[in-house]
Amino acid sequence: MIYLQVLANGLVLGGLYAAIAVGFSLVWGVLNVINLLHGSFIVLGSYVAFFAYAYFGIHPFLSAGIAGAALFALGYVVQAGLVNRVIAAPVLITLILTFGLDLILNNAMLLAFSADYRKVNLAHPLGSLELGPIFLPGDRVAAMVLAFLLTALLYRVLRDSRIGRAIIAVRMDREAAALMGVDVKRINAITFGLGAFMAGAAGALLSIIYPISPLNSSLFLGKAFVVCVLGGLGSVPGAMVGGVALGLIESFGAYWLGPEHAITLSFSILLVLLFVRPSGILGKRGYE
Amino acid sequence: MTALLALEGVSRRFGGLAALDTVTLSVEAGEILGLIGPNGAGKTTLINVVTGVHPATAGRVLLQGEDITRLKPYRIARKGLARTFQIVQPFPRMSVLENVAAGAVFAGAAPSLKEGLRLSREHLAFTGLAQIADKPASTLTLAQRKRLELAKGLAMNPRFLMLDEVNAGLNSSEVDEALAMIRRIAERGVTILVIEHLMKVVVSVSTRLAVLHHGALIAVGTPREVLADRGVIEAYLGEKYAARLAGARPAEGA
Amino acid sequence: MRDWLLLLLLALACSLLPLAGDNYVLRLGTIVAMYAVLAQSWNFIGGLAGYPSFATAAFFGLGAYTSAVLLSYGAPTGLAWTAAGGMACLFAALIGGAILHLKGHYFAIASLAVGEVLREVVNTTPDLTGGGMGMNLPVPKLSVAAAAQTFYFSMLALAALTTAAAIIVQRSRLGFGLRCIQQNEDAANILGVNAYGYKTAAFCLSAVFAGMAGAIYASWVHYIEPPDVFDILLAVKPLVMVLLGGIGTVFGPIIGAFLLIAFEELVWRSFLTIHAAMLGGIIVVLVLFMPNGLLALVRSGLARLRPAGPKP
Repeated sequence: MIYLQVLANGLVLGGLYAAIAVGFSLVWGVLNVINLLHGSFIVLGSYVAFFAYAYFGIHPFLSAGIAGAALFALGYVVQAGLVNRVIAAPVLITLILTFGLDLILNNAMLLAFSADYRKVNLAHPLGSLELGPIFLPGDRVAAMVLAFLLTALLYRVLRDSRIGRAIIAVRMDREAAALMGVDVKRINAITFGLGAFMAGAAGALLSIIYPISPLNSSLFLGKAFVVCVLGGLGSVPGAMVGGVALGLIESFGAYWLGPEHAITLSFSILLVLLFVRPSGILGKRGYE
Repeated sequence: MTALLALEGVSRRFGGLAALDTVTLSVEAGEILGLIGPNGAGKTTLINVVTGVHPATAGRVLLQGEDITRLKPYRIARKGLARTFQIVQPFPRMSVLENVAAGAVFAGAAPSLKEGLRLSREHLAFTGLAQIADKPASTLTLAQRKRLELAKGLAMNPRFLMLDEVNAGLNSSEVDEALAMIRRIAERGVTILVIEHLMKVVVSVSTRLAVLHHGALIAVGTPREVLADRGVIEAYLGEKYAARLAGARPAEGA
Repeated sequence: MRDWLLLLLLALACSLLPLAGDNYVLRLGTIVAMYAVLAQSWNFIGGLAGYPSFATAAFFGLGAYTSAVLLSYGAPTGLAWTAAGGMACLFAALIGGAILHLKGHYFAIASLAVGEVLREVVNTTPDLTGGGMGMNLPVPKLSVAAAAQTFYFSMLALAALTTAAAIIVQRSRLGFGLRCIQQNEDAANILGVNAYGYKTAAFCLSAVFAGMAGAIYASWVHYIEPPDVFDILLAVKPLVMVLLGGIGTVFGPIIGAFLLIAFEELVWRSFLTIHAAMLGGIIVVLVLFMPNGLLALVRSGLARLRPAGPKP
């Protein structure tokens, strides 16, 4: 019976991890850029939700949209103004650029919000959900469901909208897309913006679960990495699969080995997976 | 006498697709073997299999009787098998001289860097690149890059040289120069395999022709025999055309 | 020859530092020398072979802990420091075999994960390493001034050794092969370069001196803890230094180390709270405006000035 509980915990956790990673995966897969700002984007989204709740009483489930929109604008500007200039450079260059930008953003957040851990204390929490022998915190489940809906929305946007098709065209063949009249630089910026949107929205949803602090950004970034490598890059289903896989690994790992080993376990799995199957569970081989 | 290079029932699969299908072929020392076939017939795959880039999934590759099927590419290179790439692969930020020296040094032709550079100057003179020895490879024209590929291959002091479309993209006078160079390389005692698209070119330079179609070897023989082969004509020109030609005598190449 | 002469002059000039400065200056000098070692180390795998490694921190931390554990069992300092280098080298050879087939971002992540795993290993073995509580090292029985000099010269000697290795490698077959790999690995393989072996060698070179630097650092500060010696910045700053000084060159890493530490020190004093942001700013400016390093920028600036001068 306890396994059902561990399984349920893992699935809920996995849904949240998928939301953390899907934007990161999109940017990596389409732009071939590892956005090291992603963790700080998530934290910034959490702060948007925190202040929206503290000052205007807007529930984080609603302010996720606001946080997403704000982060989209920031992401668009970062890509259009900075990253686009070195997009064709070796991976080291884009990697170190986003690292530098992250130092700036994270430092700015530390100055603005301090390193103190804050938490959104909901006036009316949802209580806990009982499914037979399984107990789940209601807010956590609701956040996961919303995260799932947002991810599904992103999937629809990519599949069915004009912009989405342009993004996929750029992902498959940058030069061919340019020849077909796609404004690649603009699509780059929109893609980066969408990645930031997902980060901001996920951050807002997470604000009711995790304490909020700029110090958490590397934690989220680490999760995003592992999820991407687990699930494969640049596809929404890949991020879902990777997120759920990581959620289950951590949940069962914490149960069997103790919670202090959960991180070691996920990083070890990351290394093993990179060794045997660098393209992820769903990924295609040979994509670099 | 054992052949210089022998493929025994060699296959190479990528997933479900057989890019090479039980090919048995031997190359005798001193010949220029032309390898032809329509696009996607498996010509470049054959080179990749021989050089160990994509090892054979079945069958054996023998170099003077020694099994090299599973050797790593760099080991095969050191045994005297050199190739050029269809899409040229220079080291862009190195000079032309250094590019060639890399071939001499790492394939074992030169014992030291210094000796490698000295030998490379000779190869550059031979390939007519001496004047641009110090230019970065990235600044070369296509014809010069093709010749650089050739010089890199030669610098490896190969027993067997595989040329993958060294003439593609060149104009006719450049092609003539390249052909003359291939013949001069052969005169030095290097056995050569030429992959070539232009039928006229391959017929004029080859002593023997082998034809691949859908990964299988469909004909081997002198250019005259191969060009008269009904299967070859079908593979190249389609059945209809082959039937029409069957009435008249097949045109003889060049 | 010119490189050797330059190295000799540089080492001699640096040995004079204790005459000129107090302990504060020596401390700074030790830090510059330490980062010169790390930057030089990264340059082997990142600059020459073109593999974006973030494992420098892992090697540094592994060296620090190897030496600290040995010292705690009473091993002599020289042996502990050497063993630290050996351990880092061995570790790089093993890990390299597993991750050097990865390319680009995947290699970068894997090399980063290596450090994280090591950090967690230390955290979960408190009996040996003190775990998250950190580890105290024996304090040398030396006066403050003598200790400052000893560690300065140790680190300086290591920096000189690392640079000597860089000079030798750059002119050797290995260096040539690594440059081939960096520019076109497939073509290098086809020409007979044992790319896997060469990359592993470069990875080991990037580990051995970094491990020894970690060991000297541990003895110097005589207290280490995982967040300190596995700090991701220990992997990133050397890389920034190399970009600053000129990637793939012999003296670029040293110049970069000097410039970045000098800048940090000036900034650190006046703007403690935006230290990280300043480093970020340097990185952004560096990447966007001087992709070939500061020296290249200065050189091309001079070249541009020249035509404006008096004509012959």
